Amino acid sequence: MHVPDGFLDAPTSVATGAVAAGTVALALRGARRELDERTAPLAGLTAAFVFAVQMVNFPVGAGTSGHLIGGALTAVLVGPWTAVLCMTVVLLVQAVLFADGGLTALGTNVTLMGLVAVAAGYGVFRLLVRLLPRTRSGVLGAAGAGAFLSVPAAALAFVGLFAAGGVADVPLGTVLAAMGGIHLLIGIGEAVITVAVLTAVLSVRPDLVHGARHLRRPADLATRPGLRAEGALR
Amino acid sequence: MGAGHGGPLGSAYVARDTVVHRLPAHVALVAVVAFALVVVATPVRAAWAPAYAGYAVLVLGAAALARVPAGRLLRGLAVELPFVVFALLLPVVARGPRVEVLGLSLSESGLLAAGGLLAKATLSVLAATVLAATTTPQDLVRGMQRLRLPAVLVQILSFMVRYADVVAGELRRMRVARESRGFRGRGPGALKVVAGTAGALFVRSYERGERVHLAMLSRGGDGRLPAGPALAVPARTWLTGLALPLSAAALLAAGMLGA
Repeated sequence: MHVPDGFLDAPTSVATGAVAAGTVALALRGARRELDERTAPLAGLTAAFVFAVQMVNFPVGAGTSGHLIGGALTAVLVGPWTAVLCMTVVLLVQAVLFADGGLTALGTNVTLMGLVAVAAGYGVFRLLVRLLPRTRSGVLGAAGAGAFLSVPAAALAFVGLFAAGGVADVPLGTVLAAMGGIHLLIGIGEAVITVAVLTAVLSVRPDLVHGARHLRRPADLATRPGLRAEGALR
Repeated sequence: MGAGHGGPLGSAYVARDTVVHRLPAHVALVAVVAFALVVVATPVRAAWAPAYAGYAVLVLGAAALARVPAGRLLRGLAVELPFVVFALLLPVVARGPRVEVLGLSLSESGLLAAGGLLAKATLSVLAATVLAATTTPQDLVRGMQRLRLPAVLVQILSFMVRYADVVAGELRRMRVARESRGFRGRGPGALKVVAGTAGALFVRSYERGERVHLAMLSRGGDGRLPAGPALAVPARTWLTGLALPLSAAALLAAGMLGA
């Protein structure tokens, strides 16, 4: 759900626009460290992946289905800076080509879904990876918690912006309760989908998962027992 | 880069040959963003309703000039549905003096805010829909390049636009493969299958990115995308393109002076 034009007043939109521009500038430098000179093609293809996977409806349980927002998942897969760039590009394309999210609210949307969701998701993930056992389940649990919290974090940031520059005089408690409640539910869906997709990637190409690099071990060279050299040569 | 492949990205474009289609992409982008700015800057008061009506006439006029079908405009409006729900709730939950409407006690300020919200969102969405219908995704990327978007961001954007339909096509083929093997998307077992698809899609997209990078290197790529010389845009074209936001700004100024 993207913020449309006219939802927040001009000073708030300008401020979030400045925050978004600063974040993207930092992310452009940070992504070079994550992907070196391969940044453009890999971030571009990852953005295409995020765009495509947002169209997939996942069955989340109890007869409901949801789609992925993908901030936390992308951060765990390719690293936080690249994730910020991917989300920014996806939001830009959605605003320009589908009018999804206002053009003047692009800064707000990048701040909420590019910065806050990725930062909260990845922050929680890194914290928990340190606390949880260094196993695949530890990584999955941390990613699930990060994905779960990234959604209400973005919603809370939105309520904060609405308090600062909303165009309607609505009791803040009501907005907070409504947004918080709905987004906790959406967060559960986000967590379930993130863990499921990450499980699939970890079982095929664990080396591609940025957030699971610490699990990678150099392969041990060992002779296979019961196999003699001349037998193998013959 | 080729023309649209009928994928999700190119689907917004309506191929015509009109004066709006012929506008350079960066002129059209500036025009639509400026129009949205004027709309957003308009005060939300009942007295301003004529200005909003004027904006609607302007943007619908641009759509008619570009011969964008009404169905495309309506489908474009579908994205604001979640906010229609939010706007409908506003009069109920907002504070302030109440008025009776059809037996419901509604907040006056909430009604006004909801009306303003819907008007502004609808007008901006209409303008952006006309932009997407008259400019191809590739041209939009080039337009943003001319508007000095950072080079790396432009590259990421152009790779995304180039490959979004390829990746979405891959996803569609996987869905066809699933369903032709009797897959029904229900229950927790289905989640595992669909998530496996998404996981495989990520691996394939990432590996495609690596192949694209190697292909660029083997063709002497140095990290920059070659772009031809930018054609100068005559003042007349700018004037044509900016007619929409300028007339909207004139309406706004007239309202300001009248108030």
